[in-house]
Amino acid sequence: MFSMQIESIESHLAPKTTHKESPVYDSSKRGILVLEQLREVLQYQDLIFQLVRRDIVARYKRSVLGVAWTMLNPLAMMIVMTIVFSQLFHAVEGYPAYILSGLITWTFFNQTTSAIIHSLVWGGAFFQRIYVPLSAFAISAMGTGIVNLFLSLIPLLGVMLIVRVPIRPSIIFVPIPILFLACFALGVGLLISSIAIFFPDVVEMYQVALMIWFYITPIIYPIKIIPENLLPLLKFNFFLPLLNLFRMVIYEGKVPTLTDLLSAFLIAAVTLGIGWWVFANKSDEIVYRT
Amino acid sequence: MKLSTALEPLSAQPVQPSLDSPIVISVENVTVRYRVPKEQMRTFKEYAIRRIQGRVQHNEFLALDSVSLSVHKGEVFGLIGPNGAGKTTLLRLVARVMRPTEGRVVVVGNVAPLLAMGAGFHLELTGRENVYLNGAILGYDRKTIGQNFDRIVDFAELWDFIDSPLRTYSSGMVARLGFAVATDIMPEILIVDEALSVGDTAFQEKSLARIRSFQERGSTILLVTHGMETIRKMCNRAAWLDQGRLRLIGPAREVVDEYLSA
Repeated sequence: MFSMQIESIESHLAPKTTHKESPVYDSSKRGILVLEQLREVLQYQDLIFQLVRRDIVARYKRSVLGVAWTMLNPLAMMIVMTIVFSQLFHAVEGYPAYILSGLITWTFFNQTTSAIIHSLVWGGAFFQRIYVPLSAFAISAMGTGIVNLFLSLIPLLGVMLIVRVPIRPSIIFVPIPILFLACFALGVGLLISSIAIFFPDVVEMYQVALMIWFYITPIIYPIKIIPENLLPLLKFNFFLPLLNLFRMVIYEGKVPTLTDLLSAFLIAAVTLGIGWWVFANKSDEIVYRT
Repeated sequence: MKLSTALEPLSAQPVQPSLDSPIVISVENVTVRYRVPKEQMRTFKEYAIRRIQGRVQHNEFLALDSVSLSVHKGEVFGLIGPNGAGKTTLLRLVARVMRPTEGRVVVVGNVAPLLAMGAGFHLELTGRENVYLNGAILGYDRKTIGQNFDRIVDFAELWDFIDSPLRTYSSGMVARLGFAVATDIMPEILIVDEALSVGDTAFQEKSLARIRSFQERGSTILLVTHGMETIRKMCNRAAWLDQGRLRLIGPAREVVDEYLSA
């Protein structure tokens, strides 16, 4: 009965021949949500570009130091850490470069996931006014993070020169760990956002979790100092293989093996897959909840 | 001054019957149901505790309750009803920012939701940058905006300020820019919310003339307002929503008269 009704209305709808260019929106026709979301993101790629541009331009426009701010935070932290810990971990070659390479990857992950969550969870009023694919906002937050990460390679290379860590040709591989890190961050950001739509305090919990995560990851200390019996636990730290891959190509100057690449790829791909899937299925709720 | 009230004098023309023209908005048996927890419980911790105790209960709030209506091409269709009647929810469904919980919404043609005027404007960016950003949010690609850029700025009359940051603009100037981008390409369906005011009197007339020309060239207009006179004068047909239900639909005058005498 209901389907008959729909058919009869369809015959009354504007004939498609006279409205060739008119897009038809039908709320009942939805493909697979995961693919639908992907298709729309591709359709709105100009929006992603504009949003990244907005974030970068707006951030640097009014500050005297401009782009330097991106580099200042990890640099300052590196200096403090070096002063505090260099006696403790003096065995690490080029310790400042070691810390800085860890800090900029962590800063990227921390800022990107937080920015994604912020834009999706608090952007509700905006999303009620106009239709935009929500994942475009998440991807643009990731894009901004990538730009900042590439910028912070400059002080890293500077520090490497100063502390005499050789810059080797393996550095040309650096886009690979950055890509994997970006996918990982996007996946985590989408997943946390999907939960935070229902429970905003998850955002606070995530900040606490991030702090703990930072200290249990060998970012500012060498992996050697972790007691033998705790090492197997590191397998569950999915950030670590990505961090290791990044350090490998830039700080250690080694070409990654296939195993290194594959494990990092799997972590990035699976995380992104889960995050994307959950978000695509829950993103309709954002407008309902705010 | 509200746009909808300002529209009045311009549309004293006779109401054309348009029920023969094709349907461009079709709302079929639409229900929008919000689930509201009985007690305010917005934290995960609380939820987890209650969940374990089996005390999570929800109230259902029906923003729209099996509403069916259709709007024909070229019509000016009014939505009336008290606050909380579901007017905004219905606009959101047509603007596709929200999906119905049940039922089906079909919209033929591109929609310019004037509720989204200036959406995503950033105060630190220049007018020029904001035109591109806002255009992208409305779904236009860079090339299209580039081609129409001059026309947009012409209409907004903002050539002198286009490369200054938006924070130096007056609120009227921001509204002008927003309106110019949102209406640059003629929409097949225009959504007008009453709480809309655009710039000074001169610019208001200009923007009304634009809306009117859209109407003459066949755009369909969906209008929400509390101004009954506006509905009576402007709209061909109107729908009266009350607590999410469709109370009455028909010729605008009749619906308004019924509404006022209720």
